[in-house]
Amino acid sequence: MDATNPLSDVRAAAPIRVRSGRRIADRVLRVSCLVATLIGAVVLGSILLMLILEGVKGFSPGLFVEPTPGPGSDGGGIANAILGSLVLTLIGIVVATPIGVMAGTYLAEYGRTSKLADLIRFLNDILLSAPSILIGLFVYTLMVRPMGTYSGWAGGVALAIIATPVIVRTTEDMLRLVPGSLREAGAALGAPPSRVILSVTWRAASAGIVTGIILALARIAGETAPLLFTALNNNSWFSPTLMGGVANLPVMIYQFALSPYPNWQSLAWSGALLITVTILALSVVARLVIKNPKAR
Amino acid sequence: MNAAPAITTAQLSGRSQADETAPVRIAVKNLNFYYGTFHGLKSINLDFRDRQVTALIGPSGCGKSTLLRTFNRIYSLYPEQRAEGEILLDGRNILDQKVDLNDLRARVGMVFQKPTPFPMSIYDNVAFGLRLYEKLPKAELDLRVEESLRKAALWDEVKDKLKQSGMGLSGGQQQRLCIARTVAQRPEVILFDEPTSALDPISTGRIEELIEQLRNEFTIAIVTHNMQQAARISQFTAFMYLGELVEFGPTNRIFMNPEKRQTQDYITGRFG
Repeated sequence: MDATNPLSDVRAAAPIRVRSGRRIADRVLRVSCLVATLIGAVVLGSILLMLILEGVKGFSPGLFVEPTPGPGSDGGGIANAILGSLVLTLIGIVVATPIGVMAGTYLAEYGRTSKLADLIRFLNDILLSAPSILIGLFVYTLMVRPMGTYSGWAGGVALAIIATPVIVRTTEDMLRLVPGSLREAGAALGAPPSRVILSVTWRAASAGIVTGIILALARIAGETAPLLFTALNNNSWFSPTLMGGVANLPVMIYQFALSPYPNWQSLAWSGALLITVTILALSVVARLVIKNPKAR
Repeated sequence: MNAAPAITTAQLSGRSQADETAPVRIAVKNLNFYYGTFHGLKSINLDFRDRQVTALIGPSGCGKSTLLRTFNRIYSLYPEQRAEGEILLDGRNILDQKVDLNDLRARVGMVFQKPTPFPMSIYDNVAFGLRLYEKLPKAELDLRVEESLRKAALWDEVKDKLKQSGMGLSGGQQQRLCIARTVAQRPEVILFDEPTSALDPISTGRIEELIEQLRNEFTIAIVTHNMQQAARISQFTAFMYLGELVEFGPTNRIFMNPEKRQTQDYITGRFG
Protein backbone atom coordinates (compact mmCIF):
# COMPACT_ATOMS: atom_id res chain seq x y z
CA MET A 1 0.00 0.00 0.00
CA ASP A 2 1.24 3.47 -0.82
CA ALA A 3 1.78 5.24 2.56
CA THR A 4 2.55 8.60 0.93
CA ASN A 5 -0.92 8.83 -0.54
CA PRO A 6 -3.35 9.89 2.24
CA LEU A 7 -6.33 8.82 0.17
CA SER A 8 -5.21 5.22 0.13
CA ASP A 9 -5.36 5.08 3.96
CA VAL A 10 -8.93 6.34 4.02
CA ARG A 11 -9.96 3.93 1.31
CA ALA A 12 -8.27 1.06 3.07
CA ALA A 13 -9.64 1.84 6.54
CA ALA A 14 -13.27 2.41 5.69
CA PRO A 15 -14.08 -0.97 4.15
CA ILE A 16 -12.34 -2.79 7.01
CA ARG A 17 -14.56 -1.15 9.62
CA VAL A 18 -17.71 -2.03 7.66
CA ARG A 19 -16.45 -5.53 7.10
CA SER A 20 -15.67 -6.11 10.78
CA GLY A 21 -19.20 -4.97 11.72
CA ARG A 22 -20.68 -7.43 9.27
CA ARG A 23 -18.31 -10.08 10.46
CA ILE A 24 -19.45 -9.67 14.05
CA ALA A 25 -23.10 -9.84 13.04
CA ASP A 26 -22.35 -12.94 11.03
CA ARG A 27 -20.54 -14.57 13.97
CA VAL A 28 -23.33 -13.76 16.44
CA LEU A 29 -25.94 -15.27 14.14
CA ARG A 30 -23.81 -18.29 13.35
CA VAL A 31 -23.06 -19.00 17.02
CA SER A 32 -26.72 -18.55 18.08
CA CYS A 33 -27.86 -20.94 15.35
CA LEU A 34 -25.21 -23.44 16.41
CA VAL A 35 -26.17 -23.20 20.08
CA ALA A 36 -29.85 -23.65 19.26
CA THR A 37 -29.04 -26.69 17.14
CA LEU A 38 -26.86 -28.13 19.88
CA ILE A 39 -29.60 -27.68 22.49
CA GLY A 40 -32.05 -29.54 20.28
CA ALA A 41 -29.57 -32.26 19.43
CA VAL A 42 -28.43 -32.74 23.02
CA VAL A 43 -32.01 -33.05 24.31
CA LEU A 44 -32.94 -35.51 21.59
CA GLY A 45 -29.66 -37.37 21.94
CA SER A 46 -29.97 -37.76 25.70
CA ILE A 47 -33.54 -39.03 25.37
CA LEU A 48 -32.41 -41.59 22.79
CA LEU A 49 -29.34 -42.55 24.81
CA MET A 50 -31.34 -43.02 28.02
CA LEU A 51 -33.95 -44.97 26.08
CA ILE A 52 -31.37 -47.30 24.57
CA LEU A 53 -29.44 -47.82 27.83
CA GLU A 54 -32.54 -48.54 29.89
CA GLY A 55 -34.49 -50.30 27.15
CA VAL A 56 -31.79 -52.77 26.19
CA LYS A 57 -31.46 -53.95 29.83
CA GLY A 58 -34.90 -55.53 29.65
CA PHE A 59 -34.30 -57.20 26.27
CA SER A 60 -34.55 -60.97 26.56
CA PRO A 61 -36.12 -63.67 24.43
CA GLY A 62 -39.02 -63.74 26.88
CA LEU A 63 -39.82 -60.12 26.08
CA PHE A 64 -41.16 -61.09 22.68
CA VAL A 65 -43.02 -64.30 23.62
CA GLU A 66 -44.44 -63.88 27.12
CA PRO A 67 -47.38 -61.67 28.08
CA THR A 68 -47.10 -58.89 30.64
CA PRO A 69 -46.57 -60.20 34.21
CA GLY A 70 -48.83 -59.52 37.18
CA PRO A 71 -48.10 -56.62 39.53
CA GLY A 72 -44.98 -57.17 41.58
CA SER A 73 -44.05 -60.47 39.94
CA ASP A 74 -40.85 -61.12 38.06
CA GLY A 75 -40.18 -62.16 34.48
CA GLY A 76 -42.78 -61.91 31.73
CA GLY A 77 -42.60 -59.94 28.51
CA ILE A 78 -44.62 -57.57 26.40
CA ALA A 79 -45.62 -59.94 23.60
CA ASN A 80 -49.34 -59.32 24.16
CA ALA A 81 -48.80 -55.56 23.90
CA ILE A 82 -46.65 -55.91 20.74
CA LEU A 83 -49.25 -58.10 19.05
CA GLY A 84 -52.08 -55.84 20.26
CA SER A 85 -50.34 -52.74 18.91
CA LEU A 86 -49.79 -54.45 15.56
CA VAL A 87 -53.48 -55.41 15.33
CA LEU A 88 -54.75 -51.95 16.38
CA THR A 89 -52.40 -50.14 14.00
CA LEU A 90 -53.34 -52.51 11.20
CA ILE A 91 -57.06 -51.90 11.74
CA GLY A 92 -56.39 -48.17 11.87
CA ILE A 93 -54.42 -48.03 8.64
CA VAL A 94 -56.71 -50.45 6.76
CA VAL A 95 -59.72 -48.28 7.61
CA ALA A 96 -57.94 -44.96 7.05
CA THR A 97 -56.13 -45.69 3.76
CA PRO A 98 -59.11 -46.09 1.38
CA ILE A 99 -61.01 -43.21 3.00
CA GLY A 100 -57.95 -40.95 3.05
CA VAL A 101 -56.79 -41.71 -0.50
CA MET A 102 -60.31 -41.38 -1.93
CA ALA A 103 -60.99 -38.11 -0.08
CA GLY A 104 -57.60 -36.71 -1.12
CA THR A 105 -58.35 -37.72 -4.70
CA TYR A 106 -61.71 -35.97 -4.54
CA LEU A 107 -60.07 -32.78 -3.29
CA ALA A 108 -57.29 -32.79 -5.90
CA GLU A 109 -59.10 -34.19 -8.95
CA TYR A 110 -62.86 -33.60 -8.72
CA GLY A 111 -63.56 -30.94 -6.09
CA ARG A 112 -60.59 -28.67 -6.77
CA THR A 113 -61.92 -25.19 -6.03
CA SER A 114 -65.55 -26.05 -5.26
CA LYS A 115 -67.11 -24.78 -2.02
CA LEU A 116 -67.58 -28.33 -0.75
CA ALA A 117 -63.90 -29.11 -1.32
CA ASP A 118 -62.87 -25.93 0.52
CA LEU A 119 -65.08 -26.93 3.45
CA ILE A 120 -63.68 -30.47 3.55
CA ARG A 121 -60.12 -29.14 3.34
CA PHE A 122 -60.80 -26.78 6.26
CA LEU A 123 -62.38 -29.51 8.41
CA ASN A 124 -59.56 -31.89 7.55
CA ASP A 125 -57.00 -29.35 8.73
CA ILE A 126 -58.87 -29.02 12.02
CA LEU A 127 -58.98 -32.80 12.41
CA LEU A 128 -55.28 -32.92 11.62
CA SER A 129 -54.47 -30.81 14.65
CA ALA A 130 -57.28 -31.98 16.96
CA PRO A 131 -56.06 -33.17 20.38
CA SER A 132 -55.98 -36.95 20.16
CA ILE A 133 -57.62 -37.38 23.58
CA LEU A 134 -60.75 -35.79 22.07
CA ILE A 135 -60.80 -38.42 19.38
CA GLY A 136 -60.52 -41.10 22.08
CA LEU A 137 -63.52 -39.61 23.90
CA PHE A 138 -65.47 -39.32 20.63
CA VAL A 139 -64.99 -43.01 19.83
CA TYR A 140 -65.75 -43.87 23.46
CA THR A 141 -69.16 -42.22 23.04
CA LEU A 142 -69.65 -43.63 19.55
CA MET A 143 -68.60 -47.25 20.13
CA VAL A 144 -67.53 -48.17 23.66
CA ARG A 145 -70.68 -46.99 25.44
CA PRO A 146 -73.23 -48.47 23.01
CA MET A 147 -71.29 -51.76 22.87
CA GLY A 148 -70.87 -51.78 26.63
CA THR A 149 -67.22 -52.78 26.45
CA TYR A 150 -63.79 -51.56 25.50
CA SER A 151 -62.61 -53.22 22.34
CA GLY A 152 -59.82 -53.44 19.82
CA TRP A 153 -62.30 -52.33 17.17
CA ALA A 154 -62.91 -49.05 19.00
CA GLY A 155 -59.14 -48.59 19.37
CA GLY A 156 -58.60 -49.27 15.67
CA VAL A 157 -61.31 -46.80 14.67
CA ALA A 158 -59.82 -44.12 16.96
CA LEU A 159 -56.41 -44.62 15.33
CA ALA A 160 -58.05 -44.53 11.89
CA ILE A 161 -59.54 -41.13 12.71
CA ILE A 162 -56.05 -39.89 13.59
CA ALA A 163 -54.50 -41.34 10.42
CA THR A 164 -57.19 -40.30 7.92
CA PRO A 165 -56.51 -36.53 7.81
CA VAL A 166 -52.79 -37.20 7.40
CA ILE A 167 -53.46 -39.42 4.38
CA VAL A 168 -56.06 -37.01 2.93
CA ARG A 169 -53.59 -34.16 3.10
CA THR A 170 -50.58 -35.96 1.65
CA THR A 171 -52.66 -37.59 -1.09
CA GLU A 172 -54.07 -34.22 -2.15
CA ASP A 173 -50.67 -32.52 -2.01
CA MET A 174 -49.00 -35.28 -4.01
CA LEU A 175 -51.74 -35.35 -6.67
CA ARG A 176 -51.51 -31.58 -7.02
CA LEU A 177 -47.83 -31.95 -7.86
CA VAL A 178 -48.79 -34.02 -10.90
CA PRO A 179 -48.69 -31.57 -13.84
CA GLY A 180 -52.07 -30.67 -15.30
CA SER A 181 -50.67 -31.38 -18.77
CA LEU A 182 -50.60 -35.09 -17.88
CA ARG A 183 -54.34 -35.02 -17.14
CA GLU A 184 -54.97 -33.10 -20.37
CA ALA A 185 -52.90 -35.64 -22.30
CA GLY A 186 -55.00 -38.45 -20.86
CA ALA A 187 -58.24 -36.65 -21.67
CA ALA A 188 -56.96 -35.83 -25.17
CA LEU A 189 -56.67 -39.57 -25.87
CA GLY A 190 -60.35 -39.95 -25.03
CA ALA A 191 -59.85 -41.38 -21.55
CA PRO A 192 -62.62 -40.59 -19.04
CA PRO A 193 -61.52 -38.84 -15.81
CA SER A 194 -61.77 -42.06 -13.80
CA ARG A 195 -59.36 -43.80 -16.16
CA VAL A 196 -56.94 -40.86 -16.12
CA ILE A 197 -56.94 -40.90 -12.31
CA LEU A 198 -56.51 -44.67 -12.01
CA SER A 199 -53.81 -45.18 -14.63
CA VAL A 200 -52.07 -41.83 -14.86
CA THR A 201 -52.29 -39.45 -11.91
CA TRP A 202 -52.34 -42.06 -9.13
CA ARG A 203 -49.43 -43.80 -10.76
CA ALA A 204 -47.50 -40.55 -11.13
CA ALA A 205 -48.12 -39.71 -7.46
CA SER A 206 -47.83 -43.26 -6.09
CA ALA A 207 -44.51 -42.80 -4.27
CA GLY A 208 -45.80 -39.72 -2.47
CA ILE A 209 -49.11 -41.34 -1.57
CA VAL A 210 -47.39 -44.45 -0.18
CA THR A 211 -45.05 -42.21 1.81
CA GLY A 212 -48.05 -40.45 3.30
CA ILE A 213 -49.56 -43.77 4.35
CA ILE A 214 -46.29 -44.88 5.97
CA LEU A 215 -45.98 -41.59 7.84
CA ALA A 216 -49.58 -41.96 9.05
CA LEU A 217 -48.64 -45.47 10.21
CA ALA A 218 -45.69 -44.07 12.13
CA ARG A 219 -47.93 -41.42 13.63
CA ILE A 220 -50.57 -43.84 14.99
CA ALA A 221 -48.07 -46.50 16.12
CA GLY A 222 -47.12 -44.32 19.07
CA GLU A 223 -50.52 -42.78 19.92
CA THR A 224 -51.61 -43.28 23.54
CA ALA A 225 -54.46 -40.90 24.22
CA PRO A 226 -56.98 -42.23 21.68
CA LEU A 227 -56.49 -45.74 23.07
CA LEU A 228 -57.04 -44.84 26.74
CA PHE A 229 -60.82 -44.69 26.28
CA THR A 230 -61.17 -47.28 23.53
CA ALA A 231 -58.82 -50.28 23.53
CA LEU A 232 -57.69 -49.55 27.09
CA ASN A 233 -55.15 -52.22 27.99
CA ASN A 234 -55.07 -55.82 29.11
CA ASN A 235 -52.58 -57.64 31.23
CA SER A 236 -52.94 -60.86 29.27
CA TRP A 237 -53.63 -61.90 25.69
CA PHE A 238 -56.64 -60.21 24.12
CA SER A 239 -59.68 -62.18 23.00
CA PRO A 240 -59.74 -63.24 19.33
CA THR A 241 -62.93 -61.22 18.80
CA LEU A 242 -61.02 -58.12 20.00
CA MET A 243 -63.84 -57.44 22.48
CA GLY A 244 -62.71 -56.21 25.90
CA GLY A 245 -59.42 -54.48 26.57
CA VAL A 246 -56.62 -55.06 24.09
CA ALA A 247 -53.04 -54.81 25.31
CA ASN A 248 -50.98 -52.27 23.39
CA LEU A 249 -47.54 -50.74 23.75
CA PRO A 250 -48.33 -47.05 24.36
CA VAL A 251 -50.90 -47.61 27.13
CA MET A 252 -48.75 -50.41 28.59
CA ILE A 253 -45.83 -47.96 28.77
CA TYR A 254 -48.04 -45.32 30.34
CA GLN A 255 -49.31 -47.68 33.05
CA PHE A 256 -46.09 -49.59 33.72
CA ALA A 257 -43.86 -46.52 33.84
CA LEU A 258 -46.06 -44.97 36.53
CA SER A 259 -46.16 -48.21 38.58
CA PRO A 260 -44.00 -48.78 41.68
CA TYR A 261 -42.72 -52.16 40.42
CA PRO A 262 -39.14 -52.22 39.00
CA ASN A 263 -39.97 -55.12 36.66
CA TRP A 264 -42.88 -53.22 35.11
CA GLN A 265 -40.76 -50.09 34.80
CA SER A 266 -38.08 -52.07 32.99
CA LEU A 267 -40.68 -53.53 30.61
CA ALA A 268 -41.98 -50.00 29.93
CA TRP A 269 -38.44 -48.91 28.93
CA SER A 270 -38.13 -51.86 26.56
CA GLY A 271 -41.53 -51.16 25.03
CA ALA A 272 -40.62 -47.48 24.56
CA LEU A 273 -37.39 -48.44 22.79
CA LEU A 274 -39.26 -50.87 20.57
CA ILE A 275 -41.82 -48.25 19.50
CA THR A 276 -39.11 -45.66 18.86
CA VAL A 277 -37.10 -48.04 16.71
CA THR A 278 -40.23 -49.04 14.77
CA ILE A 279 -41.21 -45.41 14.08
CA LEU A 280 -37.63 -44.60 13.09
CA ALA A 281 -37.62 -47.54 10.70
CA LEU A 282 -40.96 -46.45 9.18
CA SER A 283 -39.61 -42.92 8.65
CA VAL A 284 -36.52 -44.30 6.95
CA VAL A 285 -38.68 -46.50 4.69
CA ALA A 286 -40.83 -43.47 3.84
CA ARG A 287 -37.72 -41.52 2.83
CA LEU A 288 -36.47 -44.38 0.69
CA VAL A 289 -39.82 -44.68 -1.08
CA ILE A 290 -39.96 -40.99 -1.96
CA LYS A 291 -36.35 -41.01 -3.14
CA ASN A 292 -36.61 -44.13 -5.26
CA PRO A 293 -36.81 -42.89 -8.85
CA LYS A 294 -38.25 -46.19 -10.05
CA ALA A 295 -41.31 -45.82 -7.85
CA ARG A 296 -42.23 -42.55 -9.51
CA MET B 1 -44.38 0.92 -47.17
CA ASN B 2 -42.81 -2.35 -48.07
CA ALA B 3 -40.32 -3.84 -45.62
CA ALA B 4 -38.28 -6.82 -46.69
CA PRO B 5 -39.87 -10.07 -45.54
CA ALA B 6 -38.00 -11.83 -42.75
CA ILE B 7 -38.65 -15.21 -44.32
CA THR B 8 -36.76 -15.82 -47.54
CA THR B 9 -37.94 -17.65 -50.58
CA ALA B 10 -35.34 -20.30 -49.83
CA GLN B 11 -37.01 -21.12 -46.54
CA LEU B 12 -40.37 -21.42 -48.21
CA SER B 13 -39.22 -23.73 -50.97
CA GLY B 14 -38.54 -27.40 -50.41
CA ARG B 15 -41.98 -27.78 -48.92
CA SER B 16 -45.04 -28.87 -50.84
CA GLN B 17 -47.34 -26.08 -51.94
CA ALA B 18 -50.78 -25.37 -50.54
CA ASP B 19 -53.55 -27.38 -52.12
CA GLU B 20 -56.46 -24.96 -52.14
CA THR B 21 -58.77 -27.54 -53.65
CA ALA B 22 -58.32 -30.11 -50.88
CA PRO B 23 -61.60 -30.90 -49.11
CA VAL B 24 -62.33 -28.98 -45.90
CA ARG B 25 -61.88 -31.16 -42.83
CA ILE B 26 -62.61 -28.67 -40.09
CA ALA B 27 -64.74 -25.61 -40.74
CA VAL B 28 -64.81 -23.01 -37.99
CA LYS B 29 -67.87 -20.79 -38.25
CA ASN B 30 -68.38 -17.66 -36.19
CA LEU B 31 -66.57 -19.11 -33.17
CA ASN B 32 -66.49 -17.15 -29.94
CA PHE B 33 -64.67 -18.31 -26.84
CA TYR B 34 -64.88 -17.13 -23.26
CA TYR B 35 -62.66 -17.62 -20.20
CA GLY B 36 -65.28 -16.68 -17.61
CA THR B 37 -66.11 -13.15 -18.76
CA PHE B 38 -62.95 -12.67 -20.86
CA HIS B 39 -63.69 -12.81 -24.57
CA GLY B 40 -60.76 -14.94 -25.79
CA LEU B 41 -61.77 -15.60 -29.42
CA LYS B 42 -63.86 -13.19 -31.48
CA SER B 43 -65.96 -14.46 -34.39
CA ILE B 44 -63.38 -16.78 -35.92
CA ASN B 45 -64.07 -18.19 -39.38
CA LEU B 46 -61.47 -20.55 -40.73
CA ASP B 47 -61.18 -23.75 -42.81
CA PHE B 48 -58.64 -26.52 -42.24
CA ARG B 49 -58.04 -28.57 -45.36
CA ASP B 50 -57.50 -32.31 -45.64
CA ARG B 51 -53.85 -33.49 -45.43
CA GLN B 52 -52.51 -29.98 -45.18
CA VAL B 53 -50.53 -28.46 -42.34
CA THR B 54 -52.13 -25.28 -41.10
CA ALA B 55 -49.98 -23.13 -38.81
CA LEU B 56 -51.49 -20.74 -36.28
CA ILE B 57 -49.15 -17.87 -35.52
CA GLY B 58 -49.37 -14.69 -33.53
CA PRO B 59 -48.01 -13.06 -30.37
CA SER B 60 -48.53 -14.62 -26.91
CA GLY B 61 -52.11 -14.39 -25.73
CA CYS B 62 -53.55 -13.91 -29.22
CA GLY B 63 -55.77 -16.97 -28.89
CA LYS B 64 -53.97 -19.45 -31.15
CA SER B 65 -53.73 -22.15 -28.46
CA THR B 66 -57.27 -21.37 -27.36
CA LEU B 67 -58.48 -21.99 -30.91
CA LEU B 68 -56.56 -25.26 -31.14
CA ARG B 69 -58.02 -26.43 -27.83
CA THR B 70 -61.57 -26.06 -29.12
CA PHE B 71 -61.07 -28.72 -31.82
CA ASN B 72 -60.98 -31.58 -29.30
CA ARG B 73 -62.93 -29.65 -26.67
CA ILE B 74 -60.12 -30.19 -24.18
CA TYR B 75 -61.11 -26.81 -22.72
CA SER B 76 -64.23 -28.44 -21.28
CA LEU B 77 -62.04 -29.87 -18.49
CA TYR B 78 -62.32 -26.36 -17.05
CA PRO B 79 -65.89 -25.42 -16.17
CA GLU B 80 -65.39 -21.66 -16.54
CA GLN B 81 -64.39 -21.96 -20.21
CA ARG B 82 -66.98 -22.08 -22.99
CA ALA B 83 -67.22 -21.88 -26.76
CA GLU B 84 -70.07 -20.56 -28.92
CA GLY B 85 -70.56 -20.94 -32.63
CA GLU B 86 -69.87 -23.93 -34.85
CA ILE B 87 -66.90 -26.16 -35.51
CA LEU B 88 -67.78 -28.63 -38.24
CA LEU B 89 -65.65 -31.76 -38.34
CA ASP B 90 -66.59 -33.54 -41.59
CA GLY B 91 -69.78 -31.51 -41.58
CA ARG B 92 -70.84 -32.30 -38.02
CA ASN B 93 -70.83 -29.63 -35.31
CA ILE B 94 -68.53 -30.87 -32.54
CA LEU B 95 -69.66 -28.15 -30.15
CA ASP B 96 -73.05 -29.88 -30.02
CA GLN B 97 -73.51 -31.17 -26.47
CA LYS B 98 -74.65 -34.53 -27.86
CA VAL B 99 -71.23 -35.22 -29.35
CA ASP B 100 -69.41 -38.01 -27.52
CA LEU B 101 -66.23 -36.40 -26.22
CA ASN B 102 -64.23 -39.60 -26.04
CA ASP B 103 -65.12 -40.45 -29.63
CA LEU B 104 -64.24 -36.91 -30.72
CA ARG B 105 -60.87 -37.11 -28.98
CA ALA B 106 -60.11 -40.44 -30.62
CA ARG B 107 -60.68 -38.72 -34.00
CA VAL B 108 -58.84 -35.52 -33.13
CA GLY B 109 -55.51 -36.24 -31.42
CA MET B 110 -53.36 -33.70 -29.62
CA VAL B 111 -49.65 -33.29 -28.88
CA PHE B 112 -48.71 -30.81 -26.19
CA GLN B 113 -45.97 -28.25 -25.64
CA LYS B 114 -44.14 -30.24 -22.99
CA PRO B 115 -43.75 -33.96 -23.63
CA THR B 116 -46.30 -35.79 -21.48
CA PRO B 117 -45.26 -39.45 -21.27
CA PHE B 118 -47.36 -41.36 -18.75
CA PRO B 119 -45.53 -43.04 -15.85
CA MET B 120 -45.58 -46.47 -17.49
CA SER B 121 -43.60 -48.46 -20.04
CA ILE B 122 -43.01 -47.25 -23.60
CA TYR B 123 -45.26 -50.03 -24.87
CA ASP B 124 -48.05 -49.19 -22.41
CA ASN B 125 -47.81 -45.50 -23.31
CA VAL B 126 -48.54 -46.25 -26.96
CA ALA B 127 -51.14 -48.90 -26.12
CA PHE B 128 -52.93 -46.62 -23.64
CA GLY B 129 -55.36 -45.15 -26.13
CA LEU B 130 -55.82 -48.47 -27.93
CA ARG B 131 -56.85 -50.25 -24.74
CA LEU B 132 -59.47 -47.66 -23.85
CA TYR B 133 -62.24 -48.75 -26.15
CA GLU B 134 -60.92 -51.60 -28.25
CA LYS B 135 -60.24 -55.14 -27.06
CA LEU B 136 -57.44 -56.05 -29.43
CA PRO B 137 -55.76 -59.45 -29.30
CA LYS B 138 -52.16 -59.26 -28.06
CA ALA B 139 -50.62 -59.92 -31.49
CA GLU B 140 -52.63 -57.15 -33.12
CA LEU B 141 -51.87 -54.75 -30.27
CA ASP B 142 -48.16 -55.48 -30.76
CA LEU B 143 -48.51 -54.66 -34.45
CA ARG B 144 -50.36 -51.41 -33.80
CA VAL B 145 -47.75 -50.33 -31.25
CA GLU B 146 -44.91 -51.08 -33.67
CA GLU B 147 -46.68 -49.37 -36.55
CA SER B 148 -47.29 -46.26 -34.44
CA LEU B 149 -43.71 -46.10 -33.17
CA ARG B 150 -42.48 -46.46 -36.75
CA LYS B 151 -44.73 -43.63 -37.92
CA ALA B 152 -43.34 -41.50 -35.10
CA ALA B 153 -39.76 -42.36 -36.22
CA LEU B 154 -39.02 -43.81 -32.80
CA TRP B 155 -39.14 -47.56 -33.40
CA ASP B 156 -35.45 -48.10 -34.10
CA GLU B 157 -34.46 -46.30 -30.91
CA VAL B 158 -36.83 -48.11 -28.56
CA LYS B 159 -37.58 -51.52 -30.10
CA ASP B 160 -35.26 -53.27 -27.60
CA LYS B 161 -36.58 -51.48 -24.53
CA LEU B 162 -40.34 -51.39 -24.94
CA LYS B 163 -40.80 -52.52 -21.35
CA GLN B 164 -38.76 -49.65 -19.95
CA SER B 165 -40.38 -46.53 -18.57
CA GLY B 166 -41.29 -43.82 -21.06
CA MET B 167 -40.03 -41.28 -18.53
CA GLY B 168 -36.45 -42.46 -19.14
CA LEU B 169 -36.33 -41.22 -22.74
CA SER B 170 -34.82 -37.91 -23.81
CA GLY B 171 -37.09 -34.90 -24.31
CA GLY B 172 -37.21 -35.29 -28.09
CA GLN B 173 -37.85 -39.03 -27.81
CA GLN B 174 -40.59 -38.40 -25.25
CA GLN B 175 -42.28 -36.01 -27.66
CA ARG B 176 -42.11 -38.59 -30.46
CA LEU B 177 -43.51 -41.15 -28.00
CA CYS B 178 -46.45 -38.78 -27.44
CA ILE B 179 -46.87 -38.50 -31.21
CA ALA B 180 -46.82 -42.31 -31.50
CA ARG B 181 -49.45 -42.52 -28.75
CA THR B 182 -51.65 -40.10 -30.69
CA VAL B 183 -51.07 -41.75 -34.07
CA ALA B 184 -51.91 -45.17 -32.58
CA GLN B 185 -55.56 -44.18 -32.32
CA ARG B 186 -55.62 -43.52 -36.07
CA PRO B 187 -57.12 -40.06 -35.74
CA GLU B 188 -58.19 -37.91 -38.70
CA VAL B 189 -56.77 -34.70 -37.33
CA ILE B 190 -53.68 -34.10 -35.17
CA LEU B 191 -53.33 -30.89 -33.19
CA PHE B 192 -49.84 -29.75 -32.21
CA ASP B 193 -49.59 -27.10 -29.50
CA GLU B 194 -46.06 -25.66 -29.79
CA PRO B 195 -44.64 -29.19 -29.95
CA THR B 196 -40.98 -28.17 -30.21
CA SER B 197 -40.73 -25.17 -27.89
CA ALA B 198 -39.26 -27.35 -25.12
CA LEU B 199 -36.83 -29.17 -27.45
CA ASP B 200 -33.30 -28.61 -28.72
CA PRO B 201 -32.71 -27.76 -32.43
CA ILE B 202 -31.87 -31.32 -33.48
CA SER B 203 -34.96 -32.79 -31.84
CA THR B 204 -36.96 -29.93 -33.32
CA GLY B 205 -35.68 -30.81 -36.80
CA ARG B 206 -36.74 -34.44 -36.38
CA ILE B 207 -40.23 -33.47 -35.21
CA GLU B 208 -40.59 -31.11 -38.18
CA GLU B 209 -39.59 -33.87 -40.62
CA LEU B 210 -42.05 -36.13 -38.88
CA ILE B 211 -44.90 -33.63 -39.25
CA GLU B 212 -44.10 -33.38 -42.95
CA GLN B 213 -44.46 -37.17 -43.23
CA LEU B 214 -47.60 -37.34 -41.09
CA ARG B 215 -49.24 -34.88 -43.44
CA ASN B 216 -49.62 -37.68 -46.00
CA GLU B 217 -52.11 -39.34 -43.70
CA PHE B 218 -53.50 -36.75 -41.31
CA THR B 219 -54.88 -33.23 -41.32
CA ILE B 220 -52.60 -31.17 -39.10
CA ALA B 221 -53.03 -27.95 -37.16
CA ILE B 222 -49.98 -26.56 -35.39
CA VAL B 223 -49.55 -23.63 -33.04
CA THR B 224 -46.06 -22.19 -33.14
CA HIS B 225 -44.21 -19.18 -31.84
CA ASN B 226 -41.49 -19.77 -34.36
CA MET B 227 -42.25 -18.12 -37.70
CA GLN B 228 -39.44 -19.93 -39.49
CA GLN B 229 -41.04 -23.15 -38.34
CA ALA B 230 -44.42 -22.10 -39.69
CA ALA B 231 -42.76 -21.19 -42.99
CA ARG B 232 -40.87 -24.49 -43.12
CA ILE B 233 -43.65 -26.94 -42.40
CA SER B 234 -47.05 -25.48 -43.18
CA GLN B 235 -49.11 -25.14 -46.33
CA PHE B 236 -51.54 -22.67 -44.80
CA THR B 237 -50.94 -20.01 -42.17
CA ALA B 238 -53.40 -18.13 -39.99
CA PHE B 239 -52.20 -14.99 -38.24
CA MET B 240 -54.10 -14.13 -35.08
CA TYR B 241 -53.98 -11.05 -32.90
CA LEU B 242 -55.93 -10.15 -29.75
CA GLY B 243 -58.42 -12.99 -30.20
CA GLU B 244 -59.17 -12.19 -33.83
CA LEU B 245 -58.14 -13.88 -37.04
CA VAL B 246 -56.27 -11.16 -38.90
CA GLU B 247 -55.27 -12.99 -42.03
CA PHE B 248 -55.39 -16.48 -43.42
CA GLY B 249 -54.10 -18.01 -46.62
CA PRO B 250 -51.45 -20.19 -48.23
CA THR B 251 -48.20 -19.89 -46.27
CA ASN B 252 -46.30 -18.56 -49.28
CA ARG B 253 -48.65 -15.66 -49.71
CA ILE B 254 -48.87 -14.84 -45.96
CA PHE B 255 -45.11 -14.67 -45.66
CA MET B 256 -44.17 -13.16 -49.03
CA ASN B 257 -47.08 -10.94 -49.71
CA PRO B 258 -49.35 -10.32 -46.71
CA GLU B 259 -52.42 -8.20 -47.35
CA LYS B 260 -52.71 -6.74 -43.87
CA ARG B 261 -50.32 -4.30 -42.30
CA GLN B 262 -50.44 -6.11 -38.91
CA THR B 263 -49.43 -9.39 -40.49
CA GLN B 264 -46.49 -7.81 -42.21
CA ASP B 265 -45.39 -6.04 -39.03
CA TYR B 266 -45.50 -9.29 -37.09
CA ILE B 267 -43.74 -11.34 -39.73
CA THR B 268 -40.97 -8.79 -40.12
CA GLY B 269 -40.52 -8.76 -36.35
CA ARG B 270 -41.79 -5.25 -35.74
CA PHE B 271 -43.94 -6.45 -32.83
CA GLY B 272 -44.81 -9.67 -31.07
